[in-house]
Amino acid sequence: MRLDKTEISLGLIALACVLFGFVSPGWLIFLLTIALAKALVVQGVVMQMRSGLVSFGQGLFYCIGGYTVGMGGQFFGIHDAIAALSLGMFVAIVVAMLLGLLLTRYREIFFAMLSLAFSMILFGILVKSQELGSTDGFNVHDWTLFGWAPEAGAGSQHTVFTMTVVSGLIVAVLIHRYTKAGIGVICEAVRENEVRVEYLGLSPRWLLYGNYVAAAAVSALGGGLTALATGHVDPEMAYWTTSGEFVFIALLGGLGHVAAPFIAAIVFSFVRTYAIEFVPHTWQMILGFTLLAVIIFLPKGLWSLVSREKTGERA
Amino acid sequence: MKNNKSKFSKYLVSGVAALALAAGAAGSASAAENGKFRVGIVTFLSGPAAGPFGVPSANAAKVLVEELNKGNLPAPYDKIGINGAEIEAVIIDEAGGATKQVEEYRNLVQRQKVDAVIGYVSSGDCLAIAPVAEELKTFTIAYDCGTPRLFADNPDAAYMFRTGLDASVDNIGAVRYLAATRPDVTRLAGIQQNYSWGQDSWADFTAAASVLMPEAEIVEEQFPKIYQGQYGAEISALSVKRPEIVHSSFWGGDMEALVLQANARGLLEDATGLLTCGEASFATYKDQAPNGMIIGARGPFGQFAPDNELNTWFEGVYQNAYDLEPVYPATKMAQAILGLKYAAENAGVADKEIPSAEQLAAAMKGATFESVSGTVEMARANGHQAMQGITYGEYHYEDGVASIKNAVSFDGECVTPPEGVAAADWIADGFPGAKCN
Amino acid sequence: MTSLLAVLIDGSIYASWLFLVAAGLTVIYGVMRILNMAHGSFYAIGAYSAASLVGWYFNNGMGPAWVSYLLLVGAALVAGLIVGVIVERGLLRLMYGRDEILMVIITYALLLILEDGMKIVWGVSPYFAYQPYSELGRTSLGLLKVSNYDVALVGVSALLGLGLWAWLERTNQGKVLRAVIHDREIAVAMGVNVKLMFTITFVLGTTLGALAGALTAPAISVVPGIGIEVIVLAFAVVVIGGLGSIGGAAVGALLVGLSRAAAVHYAPEFELFVIYGVMSLVLAFRPEGLFGRTLARKI
Repeated sequence: MRLDKTEISLGLIALACVLFGFVSPGWLIFLLTIALAKALVVQGVVMQMRSGLVSFGQGLFYCIGGYTVGMGGQFFGIHDAIAALSLGMFVAIVVAMLLGLLLTRYREIFFAMLSLAFSMILFGILVKSQELGSTDGFNVHDWTLFGWAPEAGAGSQHTVFTMTVVSGLIVAVLIHRYTKAGIGVICEAVRENEVRVEYLGLSPRWLLYGNYVAAAAVSALGGGLTALATGHVDPEMAYWTTSGEFVFIALLGGLGHVAAPFIAAIVFSFVRTYAIEFVPHTWQMILGFTLLAVIIFLPKGLWSLVSREKTGERA
Repeated sequence: MKNNKSKFSKYLVSGVAALALAAGAAGSASAAENGKFRVGIVTFLSGPAAGPFGVPSANAAKVLVEELNKGNLPAPYDKIGINGAEIEAVIIDEAGGATKQVEEYRNLVQRQKVDAVIGYVSSGDCLAIAPVAEELKTFTIAYDCGTPRLFADNPDAAYMFRTGLDASVDNIGAVRYLAATRPDVTRLAGIQQNYSWGQDSWADFTAAASVLMPEAEIVEEQFPKIYQGQYGAEISALSVKRPEIVHSSFWGGDMEALVLQANARGLLEDATGLLTCGEASFATYKDQAPNGMIIGARGPFGQFAPDNELNTWFEGVYQNAYDLEPVYPATKMAQAILGLKYAAENAGVADKEIPSAEQLAAAMKGATFESVSGTVEMARANGHQAMQGITYGEYHYEDGVASIKNAVSFDGECVTPPEGVAAADWIADGFPGAKCN
Repeated sequence: MTSLLAVLIDGSIYASWLFLVAAGLTVIYGVMRILNMAHGSFYAIGAYSAASLVGWYFNNGMGPAWVSYLLLVGAALVAGLIVGVIVERGLLRLMYGRDEILMVIITYALLLILEDGMKIVWGVSPYFAYQPYSELGRTSLGLLKVSNYDVALVGVSALLGLGLWAWLERTNQGKVLRAVIHDREIAVAMGVNVKLMFTITFVLGTTLGALAGALTAPAISVVPGIGIEVIVLAFAVVVIGGLGSIGGAAVGALLVGLSRAAAVHYAPEFELFVIYGVMSLVLAFRPEGLFGRTLARKI
């Protein structure tokens, strides 16, 4: 397997992150874990955005991933983290394969609203499920990794962090290869002009379908990791504002590079946590202005900070 | 393109490093030991729960901390600050869901280095925080959230305490009030917000009613979405069933809207409203709520707080600062802060010294302390859960003045399950061992 | 029988409210292709302006009650006009021509800013303007008592819908606007001042949103967050009816309103799912919504 430079860089950064995890304070590790886990969900959003679809219901799979991990431990005796995460991805794939058949017929706002509707239906079902704690949700604990139980506290925090970084790396490399491969380039073509792609003898619909299912799996992974890190799941994960946050982060980062969602998620988390600390009454306003500023000055997202300089160098 | 790739690692690594540096700098800045007692206060500052609960609580915390730092409280709380150390409150918004709250809790403890955390209105947040409090070994007081699962799901909690009462007390108390004042009632109906709080409240209420008021039947139940604001169809559905009592665990804007609409449409004339959280909007109903509507305050708080020296003093300073009487969330916040002060000053450490979380927990466990709501016994859940009585009464509004009439109080042991017994089982078994006055 | 009658009445009342909320959204989308996430905030601003003005009117000596109805509408018009012009001229104008999705996010940022902005202006304590609501009294229909204000709202909503329709279909300006809806580029080529039409449309849309809030304010407690709750409802109604169609919004509102009332009376456990269920069903059979136009696919 030949690695290109981006992949090597990603690998090095991941390694740096893991090492950094050993020297940084607990709150920072937690913040990064959640940010990176959310970035995985954002990757799912971005995958679909590349082909022109905006999902306002990615929380559906985020929630499925989280709840599968939680319920696996609570009710079905699946305590192994890898098994639970895989199960979450599997459930998400099955659900996505079913919903995708319907959803891929839609474009633009109709796709957005319908994906939102499905997410809200899951939210409704969970709110009705008193055995699952309704809106209060339930705790996720006592998980193991290949039979080894990390000690509570710092130990398990590091373990989840490392797992998240490794998952992020794997997903990033896969997505990077996908976008560079012929089929990934076609995604952009679908966004630009679907009819022409059809005339070339390709089926945009099945391409979008594959994209949708893959994005679901990635998002479920993010949800599962969030559940492990937080130690708690609740139906809010499927609420439309959660999905809105993912789209928010996706646009913050831009579609320029596979690393953009990770950077955007980390920046978002930092802006939010310090806004909450310094202006507890108006932190949403700070977020709003940050987003507006990015859109006005960096129309292609935070990533254009990097790519813009590059074009400058080239000229 | 190719020659640009090599730049990626540089940019990314420098970005990560910059963030880490920024974070490290901020972390060390707030970690400075200044001899002050840092308390994290978490409550809703935005969203629909801010008006009725969050802001009154935050206001109570602000005024109380200010007065404590001046040493202005009556005995036994006349020592300056907490155990002689000045209090520094860090107030955080509770909005945003459980995942975000876990993150912010960790930030409070590990970045802001608070010595204790007081907060949480939402039950979901309480449940998510409880295991983290144990993990980080941080003394934490849940001041308002009502879920009975807080200690049922975390039976070994060592650092988590709750100075408010759990929601089953509200509804057992509500049924006892009905049985005491309106024993002939036979037609009950309910309207609850469709989430845990509403569902649990209604389950406890109906179970208790079937034991204490066996003649009564449930004629209608409605579960509209939370924050819906418009209850036209629900009010019709309730009206046509001709209930005598309409029970609701609504709160905040939803509750005020319900009262407004149900009153305008005559439902609250034909039936008596029973609002378990009704006291929180005591000052805002004016003539929009009918006289005789039954309201509760989730314990002896707000309007139902007793006339003791502490409460009179607290009402005075609160009124002075905000030109309003404190509602129950404000009283409950004051209670939690006094609980923390009591624990710190009875932890057996020297003057001005800040006790460790273990010392605080040991002093708080099973303690009996004086509060704005009277005497609080930490008598349930291994000494982590407060036990107090509960009072219900009728709202009356005449000549521009609102008041409470026909208030009836029930002792803690009358409405609280014995140690180790779940509320649902206790109700189903017919309240064995209940001691009522 | 009573409950059937109740379903019809409750359903129409709720539908008229939904229509009020959705009308502004669909007008803006129809002309400008902007899905305005901040529509809920305009609704909330309308509610706050109306509630504070009416509250102030009654707290400072009772004038005649009918004045308060004028104040309600007046507050909404002024608030909608001011906010609409500021947002359109100050922000959106810089963004025209950008991606549709980017516009959604811009309005989302606007929503975040306005939510906190309202908190700065009005605080978090509830505002009430109940006098116009209780003043009209109620009508008894057997066991059912109906608020006259709510019934009047059905009339107002119907009138507003008719007015909008007549304006779009029967006036010169409406004709120009329809030309913009149909094909923006050709309209520009024909000499239509599209920029001006955009300003008019956006201000109309925000004013409609503010009006919906102002007319709702008397029946509710105006608190932070009320705007967030109506966004998804309004979106759903508009998508069901077909984006940009006034008639569609009306039918969508009726469909959702009646289904919801039926659920409350006959199957309360499904109430939570009604709106999304209706939306999924409609879209499954009519992917562009009930009155949406199927666009020709551009090659």
